[in-house]
Amino acid sequence: MSLLFDQVVPAGDGFRGTLPTGSRFRITDLEGNQAVDTLFYSLDDPTERYDAAATMRAQQRVYLTTGTRLISSRGRTLLTITDDTCGQHDTLGGACACETNQVRYALDRRHMHACRETFLLQLATGGPVAGRMLGIRDIAHNINFFMNVPVTPQGGLSFADGISAPGRFVELTAAMDCLVLISNCPQLNNPCNGWNPTPVRMQAWA
Amino acid sequence: MAASHNEILRGGDKTSFVLPQHHALTLTAGGSRTAVALFVFRAGRTSERYCMPDTLKAQHTAFLTTGRVLLSDMGRVLLAVTEDTCGWHDTITGHQDATGSAARYGTRTYQQARNGWIQNSRDNALIEFGKWELGERDLHANLNAFVKVVSDDQGGLSWQPNVAAGQRLTLRAALDVLVVLTNTPHPLDPWADYAPDPVTLDIRAVPPPGADDPCRIMRPENARAYELTEGVLA
Repeated sequence: MSLLFDQVVPAGDGFRGTLPTGSRFRITDLEGNQAVDTLFYSLDDPTERYDAAATMRAQQRVYLTTGTRLISSRGRTLLTITDDTCGQHDTLGGACACETNQVRYALDRRHMHACRETFLLQLATGGPVAGRMLGIRDIAHNINFFMNVPVTPQGGLSFADGISAPGRFVELTAAMDCLVLISNCPQLNNPCNGWNPTPVRMQAWA
Repeated sequence: MAASHNEILRGGDKTSFVLPQHHALTLTAGGSRTAVALFVFRAGRTSERYCMPDTLKAQHTAFLTTGRVLLSDMGRVLLAVTEDTCGWHDTITGHQDATGSAARYGTRTYQQARNGWIQNSRDNALIEFGKWELGERDLHANLNAFVKVVSDDQGGLSWQPNVAAGQRLTLRAALDVLVVLTNTPHPLDPWADYAPDPVTLDIRAVPPPGADDPCRIMRPENARAYELTEGVLA
């Protein structure tokens, strides 16, 4: 296979790339316990996008790992997780946003960098996809690779200490041509990044 | 303007309306097979919409019940759950689409059954969205009123019986909100046939939430969300 890209994304930065059908996409948690907020879209028609609820429903399971099919908003498989040395990834916790940080932590935290800022900038500056610009209406509920959000049988939900470690990776195989949008999470208010956001590595082969 | 409104939404039916600020919508189940998918937007600025992840993480919960609020992606309260006699309303497992419906029930078309045809949540939602110039981009993880889906210790999800005729869910609007409802079966329910029960909708004006409102004081996060919702910049 030939290398499509190999890029380190610094803490708090974004990444946008395309994944042809059949390509392998690997995200490596270089220093451990770093949440990688991720959205996928069909490159042909980005109105078709990753659907967290459909993905959990299809596998009747909350957490994502090897074998999980990432289901689109039109019920098709976008990508499949084909390797995973971390073991469990979240899709319930969403992306941090300045406004939600105010709700979750304190009204004076709006200035802190957040994943939705990164998503919006990537969408605003990355050019059109299939002829149209994407915006806030296109930001769906995302995946948080390497993040641990346990749900209990009683319906409790929390952001817990991570279960990842330096060098652990997740690998996906694209079932259709995809756009991938990443925010390497800058959150400092909870343990999703081990209180210290760190770089992650993006690689893909076709 | 009438002080209240009520109607029955038949099994398979859908509707949409603006629920004005400080009005409450009560859903009353017609039977054990009532399941209502609810989508909600800020009226007049519909890019701001219900955000399942923000709602759950802010309140440290995986479901909705009395005292909890439905937050928008901008940190504001859209709806507050002021009454719930059944105890659990799912918001993580989404809604049925045409393909899933056909796989479950086969087809019963308009040509075959006229208005007794099989309708699914996604198509119903998109039809209602169209009336407000919204579309597929505006779909989001909805509230599944009267539906209980629990996670086991390994994250495995299972549907559980949850509702009987007469049980109620009341949602109070903190802003003018666009509500889209479809009374169509949940994709994880156990029934092989398509026979959704009706739901009654009652809408009435209610007092604004006071300083000691149970939804406001449920958690400090809720109080801050109300501050953002009631401030001059809301």
